[in-house]
Amino acid sequence: MIAVAHYINFLTILVLAIFVGFEVISKVPTTLHTPLMSATNAIHGIVLAGAIVIVGELFVGGSQNALLTILSIAAVTLGAINVFGGFAVTERMLEMFKGKERTK
Amino acid sequence: MSGKDVALALADLVAIALFIYGLHELNSPATARRGNRLAMVGMAIALVAILVQTSAIGWWAIAIGVALGGAVGIVAALKVKMTAMPQMVALYNGAGGGAAALISIVEYYVAQNGTAAIDQVIAVSLVLSLIIGSVSFAGSIIAFLKLQEVMTGRPVTYPGQQVVNAVILLGIVALAIWFVASLGTLPAWGFLALVAGAIALGVLFVLPIGGADMPVVISLLNSATGVAVAIAGFEINSVLLVICGALVGASGTILTVAMSKAMNRPLTNVLFGAFGATGGMEPATGSGGPQQIRQASADDVAIMLAYANKVVFVPGYGMAVAQAQHSVKALADQLEKRGVKVLYAIHPVAGRMPGHMNVLLAEANVPYNQLLDMDDVNPEFTTTDVALVIGANDVTNPAARNVASSPIYGMPILDVDKAQNVVVLKRSMRSGFAGIENPLYEMPNCSMLFGDAKASVDELTAAVKAS
Repeated sequence: MIAVAHYINFLTILVLAIFVGFEVISKVPTTLHTPLMSATNAIHGIVLAGAIVIVGELFVGGSQNALLTILSIAAVTLGAINVFGGFAVTERMLEMFKGKERTK
Repeated sequence: MSGKDVALALADLVAIALFIYGLHELNSPATARRGNRLAMVGMAIALVAILVQTSAIGWWAIAIGVALGGAVGIVAALKVKMTAMPQMVALYNGAGGGAAALISIVEYYVAQNGTAAIDQVIAVSLVLSLIIGSVSFAGSIIAFLKLQEVMTGRPVTYPGQQVVNAVILLGIVALAIWFVASLGTLPAWGFLALVAGAIALGVLFVLPIGGADMPVVISLLNSATGVAVAIAGFEINSVLLVICGALVGASGTILTVAMSKAMNRPLTNVLFGAFGATGGMEPATGSGGPQQIRQASADDVAIMLAYANKVVFVPGYGMAVAQAQHSVKALADQLEKRGVKVLYAIHPVAGRMPGHMNVLLAEANVPYNQLLDMDDVNPEFTTTDVALVIGANDVTNPAARNVASSPIYGMPILDVDKAQNVVVLKRSMRSGFAGIENPLYEMPNCSMLFGDAKASVDELTAAVKAS
């Protein structure tokens, strides 16, 4: 049985978040497009949280499957690369804008 | 809901608010850094909350993954040259897409072992995040290889390409429908074929796209990973993933459209332009024999610059490769000392990403108010004495204005040819990233100064100082 109300809630949240995404981002000047792309890239690194959930699901009964264990570790690794690398590289780009605002 | 659940849900809410406010702060150079920091705090809160929620079951597997991924991600981010950042973003994006796909794969096998049932909605989201994540993963790696110049930046096409793509796409759709209809109980080979098909599609989708269009593709794939993450949120019942994924999906779409607009061509043209255009492109590159150009010495150019009233610098990828931004700033300082007005013309797609030039010049402490966008700087060229093109090519190509057969026809360009004099600093007569000839170099007001951009600019600075 599908919990319809539950999924409708999720769908509502999804649509609203899309509108927030359009609104909050459409005003960014070209100068900041590269850092912006990098920052949003880091934010979808939240997929790491999903990978952690998956590891939990897999290990809750005590995972006996080596292949699945490796795949789930790979998921966490890739998610971590996305999060840590994404934020680090964004920080490096933005470092260059430090203290320039007075010249604007 | 227990007290713990409420606390965790509120922690997620705080994280989401920080992400949105952080993105808002990225609207302005003055607050951009704080925006990124706020997003980092949000990410830390969200990750701690998820560890508490799952009681960190399988903690050693998580520890291995985070240590490995964190180390690789941070070390690579700190070591990479500023010029290579676009492809780094592509790699990190691919990692995110790969993680989303792996979540689906593991979910599928967990369901196979009968510990969790799959309903229609979960089946649809599982298969969608698997396909989109895999396409993003494979496509990002190809984009990385192209930008890193491990493989050719030119469009890769072969006969029957569209047929092959169509067959793969149809196969994926058929397998996906089978997957949903059987609620994930299809045989393992069907599932594996689906994974393989999605990876192949990602590779084949990016292969025929030229290197100059790669920023648009990375932006699109960034958006795709966002969508895959949002859908994965349905799969593992996480509002956090749904919201973050949707935010990125929306922002990536906006950015992608903005970039295609800067090139004045519809997105479909960027993505599928290589098909059928290959025939028309060859004569354009091959015709005309060697170009008639005039070469200048550094001393000639230095005198031209020193006695000019207004000089416009037009930086491009060549400046980025040579890491010449500090030398360029030194030359500008030297000229300003002599009372020359110095401006920088920034084409939206100069370099390999929008804002690439801005980032490099900001690193060299060039003031913002000297950086002019294309629309602001183009009227300036008619009153410019010298336009100094530093390693830019395609964005100055007048063929975009009047040669209908040119692959970049219709792209708005910087009107450097309207300046009194144009000096082009270039390594050699090799054509630009788009692989086409530039008629600018044959114009009577244009002269060439060959050599590494940094070395040439340094020479000019010394010569201006001496004159």
